Amino acid sequence: MKQRLPLIITALFALWILGALMPRRDPEYAFGAFGRLPVVFNGRLQPVDSLARNSLTRIREKDTANLEPAKAWYERPKILSATEWLLTLMTRPEVADGWKVFRVDHPELKAMLKLPEPNPAAGEDGKHYSWNQFGETGLKQIEESARNIQENKKDSSLRNAFDNATLGLYEAMTLYLRLKNTVHPQDTVRFASEIADYQKAIPAGVRAFQQRMTGSGTFDTNALTEVFGHAERYFVTLRGEPPLLIPPASGGDATFAWQRIGEALLEPSFGAPLLKHLMRVPKAELSPEAAAEGIRLAGTRPLSPAVGHWAAMADAFRESQVAGFNTAVAGYQTYLESLRLGKGLTKTAREQLYNSFAPFSKTAALYIVAFLFSCGFWFNFAEWSRKTSLHLVQLAFVVHTLGLIARMWLEGRPPVTNLYSSAIFIGWGAVGLGLILESFWKNAIGLAVATVIGFSTQIVAHNLALGGDTMVMLQAVLDTNFWLATHVVIVTLGYAATYVAGFLAILYVLLGFFTKVMNADMGKSLSRMVYGILCFATLFSFVGTVLGGIWADQSWGRFWGWDPKENGALIIVLWNALILHARWGGMVRERGIMNLAIFGNIVTSWSWFGTNLLGVGLHSYGFMSGAFTALMVFVGSQCVLIALGLIPQAKWRSFSAAAGGTVRTGSATV
Amino acid sequence: MISKLFQFLSSLRLTVVLLGLGVVVVFFGTLGQTSDGLYVAQEQYFRSWFAYWTPHGSTFPVVPLPGGYLLGTMLVINLIVAHFTRFKWTWSKSGIFLTHIGIILLLLGQLATDMLARESIMSFREGDTRNYSESSMDFELAFLRSAGSNTLDQVVAIPAVRLKPGDELHHELLPFGIRVKDAYENARIRLRAPVMDSNRPPAATQGVGARIVIDAQPPTRTMDARNVPAAVIELSGPSNLGTWAVSGELKPQTVTVEGTEWRLEYRSVRDYKPFALTLLKTTHETYPGTDIPKNFQSRVRLRNTESHEDREVDIYMNSPLRYGGYTFFQYQMGKEQLADGGRGTSALQVVRNPSWITPYLGCILVGVGLLVQFLMHLTKFIARRKPRAA
Repeated sequence: MKQRLPLIITALFALWILGALMPRRDPEYAFGAFGRLPVVFNGRLQPVDSLARNSLTRIREKDTANLEPAKAWYERPKILSATEWLLTLMTRPEVADGWKVFRVDHPELKAMLKLPEPNPAAGEDGKHYSWNQFGETGLKQIEESARNIQENKKDSSLRNAFDNATLGLYEAMTLYLRLKNTVHPQDTVRFASEIADYQKAIPAGVRAFQQRMTGSGTFDTNALTEVFGHAERYFVTLRGEPPLLIPPASGGDATFAWQRIGEALLEPSFGAPLLKHLMRVPKAELSPEAAAEGIRLAGTRPLSPAVGHWAAMADAFRESQVAGFNTAVAGYQTYLESLRLGKGLTKTAREQLYNSFAPFSKTAALYIVAFLFSCGFWFNFAEWSRKTSLHLVQLAFVVHTLGLIARMWLEGRPPVTNLYSSAIFIGWGAVGLGLILESFWKNAIGLAVATVIGFSTQIVAHNLALGGDTMVMLQAVLDTNFWLATHVVIVTLGYAATYVAGFLAILYVLLGFFTKVMNADMGKSLSRMVYGILCFATLFSFVGTVLGGIWADQSWGRFWGWDPKENGALIIVLWNALILHARWGGMVRERGIMNLAIFGNIVTSWSWFGTNLLGVGLHSYGFMSGAFTALMVFVGSQCVLIALGLIPQAKWRSFSAAAGGTVRTGSATV
Repeated sequence: MISKLFQFLSSLRLTVVLLGLGVVVVFFGTLGQTSDGLYVAQEQYFRSWFAYWTPHGSTFPVVPLPGGYLLGTMLVINLIVAHFTRFKWTWSKSGIFLTHIGIILLLLGQLATDMLARESIMSFREGDTRNYSESSMDFELAFLRSAGSNTLDQVVAIPAVRLKPGDELHHELLPFGIRVKDAYENARIRLRAPVMDSNRPPAATQGVGARIVIDAQPPTRTMDARNVPAAVIELSGPSNLGTWAVSGELKPQTVTVEGTEWRLEYRSVRDYKPFALTLLKTTHETYPGTDIPKNFQSRVRLRNTESHEDREVDIYMNSPLRYGGYTFFQYQMGKEQLADGGRGTSALQVVRNPSWITPYLGCILVGVGLLVQFLMHLTKFIARRKPRAA
């Protein structure tokens, strides 16, 4: 039985993972199909599902909407999918405004906005609040304080926790408002009939407009007023810069021809050139010829059929017509398929699948379980425990790899494009290295390190994802797959390897100091692992750093500019080289190398995160106070570990004479 | 004694100490950028022999550190001496040899770049032609005399650092002497308000200087702002020509001396090229619905009358133009060019770096060296394990 146990446990987890890939049926509304519909936001084509999840994550730090946050999980609170929440917000804002989806934690901010205290009887959990609860005055207060902070504390490192909480809430509210006007002006009652009225009024209105502008005879004031009345409403929706819903009638892969629904509605009356001019920021003068041409072309464009489809979906959902909504979604899908959007529709469908599969939260869970099994191996020395851990890590590694590949396919990019993906990739690299180590030394050490780093990097990634979309478009200077695939990947593998060495060293200190698991044999094998990994880390961080220099030389003529991120990478190289030379020179022994390797964790974290926090240089992403605290805590913990490592081994529970050497270190000892 | 010195210079202990100090200096040099700006921090920590780290808010230096030059030099000496004394060539150490040669090449290359590389900016509007680029830091006081339509202007240019209050400067081509009355590293020019500035005389007696005042500004150290220097000079030739205010913000002024007109200009130091670029078109794209820049692109026409070259080139991010020993990179682009009839502006970074190839070679050598060395370790390690595992 014990021999089969590892495979049985792994198979159960594999089934759980496969289960998440099964398509789910919608009992009523076709939210799944609606969530697959394409929109353009943050400059990229994405499914409505991604827009909904990323926005909700930004607003309430979770990608589902719990409508009864004061209820405990066993009381079965009503939980909506992100897509249903977004659809409600876009079509029935008066309903969505009553849902408690804004997360507010800072006590002073709550006090300022006079938000209610926790009171389960009244449905208040003291953390989540609705748009209506802020009220007019609350909205004004938030806006004023946010402006005040932005103007008076331009340097983001001057901002305190209250400032950051205020700005965070202000950004969440801005996003909420942007989304509200995505499909139609927020006070719409029946969109389809409104559009029909508008379309009827266009020909006469445009004629009147042209007559007025050219000064040729009298014009019909009523016709002009009617069209302008509509147009004004659509202009107002554009002010919030909502997502782009309307695909170009000509189809194609390009996202730049997509329009906001307001633009699509205004174009039939104003014509393309005039509308472009009216929306230009900053405002500019139009030459008389261009103006005349624009006026002549007014009223020549037809209304995009996509607008009608969106109106049908919105009206049906607002009026709670399940069948009508599902037919409208299917109708729009058929229309989209006729457009030939390149790989657009496939992409949105796969991205939705990726979202609901959530590969990295699955791997995080697997890593925890696998870690427990590898610990079990050291304490009851049962091989089945190690095998289980090994198979679970292998399974997680496969899922992790598939998740990375999915992201690469969706983005059309190498694996690392921003901090979020670097966390995912560092985890992947560390798990890969851990598996390699385990294949040599079968003593669960490689597995323990793989799972700890795998899990921690997922936590880091999860927190980074709270900022919103993790697949944002890349700035012009980063827009090169060659350098992203070489420099960035290699330098990130260098980070991963340095962390693996550091965590191996932590294991050495912790197991040595607190348990009797370690003996001379195991110590020696750990020290060999650290050495081998450090060689690897030196190679990768060096080559990665120099490739970064070459990229810089290629793109702005400077091989080395002493940019903080460059310096961070250089410090890793120098530190790794220092450890290797100190070992070759016999200046440090086993324990010394371990302590130096733990310090490597600090060096790497500073390079990975600390340099971005400085707020200077090309790689800076602004000051993140949460990240700063986390970094300081991590640095502190590493210092404590080094202090432990500095205590002479005679005082450790392992290695001392009393510890005895009854530990089996796997089938092959070195 | 000497053998002891060699022992010290070749020791691994020294290597470890130097690497450790390197970590410390790079760390403080990075921290220094937040308070002093990139340029100052770079000069202070990396392009120096000795450095001091001053904590934010403190007035006196606290932590003495070796500068980048000192560390680099010591590392090169350490490596070279070690190879001549301690190291014996064997095939099993070929990787280390390659790595170390690569490191030496990288360090020397960086030094050469520091000494030889020149960076400047070429900025123009659509339709403009430029045969020179301008320094982004240094200014010069230029006197120009038009020497007829067919020949080049006669130019006397004095670097800004030579302008010290009280100094007198003479040049054989100039029919007048220059006495520096005031010099400002960074200053702003504004029109003198007769009522508000009643207690401040105009900056100078002649030219536009009679209508303005100069407000000294603290020198800026950030990357995105630059110092605009100004000076007040007195010109005296056969007759007294009065005092003149010059500044990087002012347009050229004209001084007439014995019937010849001289143009007076305080401008960025120029570097003339034997060819010219004309900016034909600028492209500035952002991702739809966002402000994220997607592409900056300048289409330029390259003309060299000597080699009869005349072609059009696109310069954009990660795709520079390399020509005549110079490399032209897309640097900045004006956004306002989208207005109708407005002409787009573009700034190209112009770099001349004769030692640009060294990092490429160094990287290959070190990469291959490390790979060889570690693969040898690895294969040995695996070979040793096999018989036991069997």
